Order: sequence, then C-alpha cells, then structure tokens
Amino acid sequence: MAAFSAVKIPPPQFTTVRSSSQRPGSSPAHFAHSPSAFNSISFGSAKSVRSRPLFAVSSDVVSSDKTKPASSSSSNPAVTREVALELYEDMVLGRAFEDMCAQMYYRGKMFGFVHLYNGQEAVSTGFIKLLNQSDKVVSTYRDHVHALSKGVPSREVMAELFGKATGCCRGQGGSMHMFSAAHNVLGGFAFIGEGIPVATGAAFSAKYHHEVLKQSKPEGLDVTLAFFGDGTCNNGQFFECLNMAQLWKLPIIFVVENNLWAIGMSHLRATSDPEIWKKGPAFGMPGVHVDGMDVLKVREVAQEAIARARRGEGPTLVECETYRFRGHSLADPDELRKPDEKAHYAARDPIIALKKYIIEHGLASESELKSIDKKIDDVVEDAVEFADSSPLPPRTQLLENVFADPKGFGIGPDGKYRCEDPLFTQGTAQV
Amino acid sequence: MAMALRKIGKDGISIWRRGFSSTSGLESSSSRDATPVNLFTAINQALHIALDSDPRSYVFGEDVSFGGVFRCTTGLAERFGRQRVFNTPLCEQGIAGFAIGLAALGNRAIAEIQFADYIFPAFDQLVNEAAKFRYRSGNEFNCGGLTIRSPYGAVGHGGHYHSQSPEAFFCHVPGLKVVIPRSPYQAKGLLLASIRDPNPVVFFEPKWLYRLAVEEVPDADYMLPLSQAEVIREGKDITLVGWGAQLSILEQACEDAEKEGISCELIDLRTLIPWDKETVEASVSKTGRLLVSHEAPVTGGFGAEISASIIERCFLRLEAPVARVCGLDTPFPLVYEPFYMPTKNKILDAIKLTVNY
Repeated sequence: MAAFSAVKIPPPQFTTVRSSSQRPGSSPAHFAHSPSAFNSISFGSAKSVRSRPLFAVSSDVVSSDKTKPASSSSSNPAVTREVALELYEDMVLGRAFEDMCAQMYYRGKMFGFVHLYNGQEAVSTGFIKLLNQSDKVVSTYRDHVHALSKGVPSREVMAELFGKATGCCRGQGGSMHMFSAAHNVLGGFAFIGEGIPVATGAAFSAKYHHEVLKQSKPEGLDVTLAFFGDGTCNNGQFFECLNMAQLWKLPIIFVVENNLWAIGMSHLRATSDPEIWKKGPAFGMPGVHVDGMDVLKVREVAQEAIARARRGEGPTLVECETYRFRGHSLADPDELRKPDEKAHYAARDPIIALKKYIIEHGLASESELKSIDKKIDDVVEDAVEFADSSPLPPRTQLLENVFADPKGFGIGPDGKYRCEDPLFTQGTAQV
Repeated sequence: MAMALRKIGKDGISIWRRGFSSTSGLESSSSRDATPVNLFTAINQALHIALDSDPRSYVFGEDVSFGGVFRCTTGLAERFGRQRVFNTPLCEQGIAGFAIGLAALGNRAIAEIQFADYIFPAFDQLVNEAAKFRYRSGNEFNCGGLTIRSPYGAVGHGGHYHSQSPEAFFCHVPGLKVVIPRSPYQAKGLLLASIRDPNPVVFFEPKWLYRLAVEEVPDADYMLPLSQAEVIREGKDITLVGWGAQLSILEQACEDAEKEGISCELIDLRTLIPWDKETVEASVSKTGRLLVSHEAPVTGGFGAEISASIIERCFLRLEAPVARVCGLDTPFPLVYEPFYMPTKNKILDAIKLTVNY
C-alpha cells in the first residue's frame, strides 16, 4: 500500500537545504550564506506543486547507480578528518550498541519493550554531535542512541537496560526512559508526543536564563532538541508546541525522524499531507526537509538550525527522511513493510555511506576505520560485562522518589514512617 | 465451564492447569457449538458478530486494520471493508472525540485505545463529553453507541506505560460504564453486551490473558448481563471480590486457603460501574468478611468504593475490617513489578488476618 518508489524527483526550488551538493553557484546558495535563509525558505515554500503519492524526496547521496555521496561533487570534503572520524565512531557506536541490545534481549538479559534505532544513526549523530554539554535532548522510546550520542556512557545505558542499580536511572526507567542530568538528556518518553511540550518548557527555561536572569553564554542560548517520529506529527501536542515555540521564539529544534511507519501504520496513509516540513511555515517557523540517511547533510542543516536558535531567532522544524532497519520493537514481526522498500533503504545505510566518503576523500584509511570498529566492539562488550556484574536495585528503592520526601508515604498503623517499615515493600511476596 | 490457564512465561514458568466452575448468572447460548479459544480470539469473534449484526458499527483505532498489536481485530478490515474498520492517526483525544461524534448520530463506534496507559489524552473527551452528552442535552442526543476498548493491566514486563490499570478514574464519572471481563467466555458476552448497551462503555481487557486464558466459547451470538456480579466460587468464611486478571490470582489464593480450612466465596464484579452491590452485600451478609483485590494502587482505587459501600450496608454484620490487597502507591514499576503486584501470598496473608481478626 505504501506506494513508495525510488523515483528521483528533481530538486524543487524551495527546500534547497536538502542537498549539500548544491554548492555556491547554483540557486540554493542563499541557504549557506544568508542568516535569514530559513526565513526566505519558510515563506516561499507553500507554492510549489508536487504530486501527492511521490512524497519521498530522493537524495543524491546513494542512488542506484552512483556510489559517491553527493558532497563529493566538489573535491573538497565537507568536514575535517577529525569531525569525520568522530561522526563515524558515533554512528558505529549506535549501531553496535543496538545490535548488542538485540542479542541480549533474545538471551533474556534485557526485558520489556525495546525499540532499536538501527538505520537512523545519521540523525542522532548529525544533530547531537553539534551540541554542547549544556544543550538539552528530549527523545522518544527509541532513545538509546540519542543518549549515547549526547555522551551518556554505554555502561550506564546498558546497565539501565538490564535494570541494574548502576544504570543511568538506577534501573527504574528501563529502555524507554533514559535520563541524565549530567548530560542533559531529559528522557526517554514511552508515550509519543509527551516529550515535545517538555522540550518546549526546557527551551523556555534556557531563554529565560539568558534574557531575564542574564546568565548569558558567549556562544548564545542553550538549544533544546526534541526528537520524535512521523506518527507524532498527527498528535495535538505537537501542534500546540509548534505554536508556543514560535510565539515565544524559543531556542528549540523539532527534529522529525520520519521513518514512514508508526508500528504498522504507514505515514502516507495516516497523514493528510505527508510532507511534514510544511507544518513549520504554517506556524511561522522554517520547515526543512533533509535526507536523514546522510549524516553530512543532516549535520549541515543542524548547524544552521542550531545557529539560528542560539542567536535567538526561534525554532525550526526539521524533517529527516530516514528508516529503521529493524521492526518497531523487538517484539514486532515487521511483516508489513515491503522488501523492496527495506532494500532501498538498506542500500542507503548511513554508516556505509560515510565510510565510502571518508575513504574516497582520503580522510582516513580503511584500517583506521576498522580499528574504530574494533574499539567500539570493545566498548560495547565492556558495557555488557559491567551491566551483567552490576547489582540489581535493592527493594528499598521501590518507594524512593515517588515524592521528594520519601516520608511522603505518611505514617503506618504502627506509628512508624511507612517507608521505613520493611514490611511495606516486602509484604509477604515471594519472588 | 472449565477454564485452563497455561502459564508459559519467557523464563519458562512451569505449566499448570486448574479448573474452576462457574455457577450462577450464565446466559446459555442458542447453539451447542463451542470451541476453546483464547481471549483475543473471543474478542475478535465478538467484534465480527457486532459488525455483522449492525451495519452502522465501526471499529477504529491505532493499527487495527492489520489486526492490532494484540490481534483482536484480525480479519475485520478484510471482511467489512476499510470504510468500517480503519486505522486512525496517533491521536487518542481525536479518536475519542471522533467516536463520540459518530455515536451521537446513532452509530456504534467501537474505538480502540492501544494501551490503557494511553487513554489519558482521551480522558477529557470521555469525562467531559461522553459521560455528559445525554444529561446536558436533555436526552436530545446521546452517545450510547460508544464503546472504548483498551488492554489494561500488568503483563510481566510492561513497565510504567504498558501496565496501568486506570479503571478507578473512570468509575468516578457518572454517565460512563466500566466493564472488565475475566476470561474468553465472559469477554465475548460482555463485549457484545457493552457494544449494544445504550450507554457509553469503557471496556478494559486484561492483556496478560490475551494468549494465556483459554476457554470454551460458543460460536454464536450471546450477551452477558451488565451490572451483574457473578459468584464464581461459594464459601462461608470470607468474601473475595476482584475483576479481570486478578481473579485468577484470587482463585489460587482461595485454593490455598481451602487447604488451611478457610472457605472463601469469590465474586467477579464484571461491571465496575454501575456495580452490583446487592450480590456483594448478600455474600458479605453470609460470610461477615470482605477482601477486595486489584492491581491499581490501593489509595483511591475502586476497592475503596466497594469497602465504603459495604461497610454502610453491612456494618453490624462485619466481623473484621474490609481488607484491600492492591498495588502499592507508586507508579507502576519496571523491575519491581513482582513487589508491586498484589500476589497470591499477600492475599493469603490478608485472608488469614481477616479471618483470625
């Protein structure tokens, strides 16, 4: 039913930012040079006519006949060697970690509902690697890799997945709720759309600190990134927050990871206008569509959006066309997606694309990349060992953190604080 | 009716069988054909019958057209067409409001909320619109054709947002009915009754039992009465009241108590609002003791309402305070689920405490 085709649509006049191959000289130059580029895009974009079913905007990155990523149309690489290796390492970490999660799940070490990020690494790496420590990330249930990119140690994430006390949320959140105060990861939300208002509030706080409390930083406002999927874009909370963010010009970027499927519901069949980036201009903010399988393009868009937010110019809606290689969760048999759609995106694997790019531009050698692969394998193995050997949370932790004051449970019939009564959590339950 | 519960957990809990007999309140089916099916199949059968019998009934929700994440809606889209069985976008508030609108114009709207944990955006529409539609329009309009189906309750590994039991919130709303089945046979009959009831009904399905509960279910169309509790097991020392998946735990506790010489009477409430006070009162008048058990947190759970009502009616007869063995007052935990749940041993201890008061 998803009439998804790999037809290449000639780059339309409006969303010029999609292709980073369009360097100075071609029409989209205004993106790269003018600070108000997004403004011009936002208001000019509604006029073009596109045929509805061919929603998919193809990228020039990996098409069936080319093997070079788009940026190589010029001989200068778009990024330095250090940056390229950093991006490569981050994406490989994301992929290796998620593959290990699948293994651990099927071995019974991990339980619950686990949603893996394979295939979407370019979005996480492309955006989050541009952030500072004080910038905030809000994610969905598919949050392991967002946490890792933001800097949460793999050990803590793996331990959290195993439900151990050394996990980033002390074992209480699990797969879908990764939080880290140290790295400013505001969660992991099992409920779709619930994180977006939270991110909007965090962005307001950053703006308040900067403008009212005058705690300004030289680089500008702290930025908040809200990641969510295509299904969420039909939810009321999303629209409410687009409105509020633009109204108050908040330093937030709404990143839509459009992988075309919401469990078993195809985006094309659930949405009246499948082009999500268009919803930005409707609220007065720029809407940008980018090829989410190409980390360099994502990074370029992210750079501009983040710079905009830091300057105080307000929010941006970025739609990343991406794909998840696995099912919705590890319990999803993934029967509904057509094999040719999967194959089309498998050919656009972001890690393979970046690897080709690095090698072709001579930024690093094959053996250096392989040593990164090996290093990451070691990191992930170490994370598993750490998680395995960590203790489970003690029973007393069950009552902690319901309220600020653990004594918030009041006094029991024997006159003592309930939370101190060992029977309150024990009962006579035999586990 | 013999009900076989096979517990096959991922960690290989041993397989056990037990049967329990139902006594009163059975509406017999018009046909003798019955097949052993599990809960989601029974619900699927009910939905097929409901759509077949009324051309103006619709089933919609997230992912229902391929069969739903729990397979309750398999085959419906193929048989009745995508104009009657369709997927909605991810907007619970929209789904509920849209369903109310359909119902207000005389259609039977059977909306699915994918997990009861996600029902809260729809809560506003249900409480403020569905419950009050007939009342505030002076019976000009009503949304009696509305049925909201939602899987609820613990499933062993669900965590915070795939395990909640929100029935108490809806029981507090005059104008809504809340129905919870305990088994496949009950589910089919109660669901058909709920769909055809001229009031908006929230139908919670215990998700743990979707595959695990297997029972003989008649193939024909049959309904079970709403607002009638069922005495599943007769006894004389203490009355136990529960609903949904918790009944199987209560049943196990009854058997263990039997071995210690305590005879327990077990009641399935079936409809939580409006609930059958007479049956419970008659039982407590006989036994003099009451224990209520549910998965939702104890404070403000529906057990509190049962306790208060029964104390009003049976105060002089009660030999011991009403016991409530329920979930703890914490958000539904992930790793701590075994400690949080009202397990058989907790119930057994409470039974003994109450009987020996």
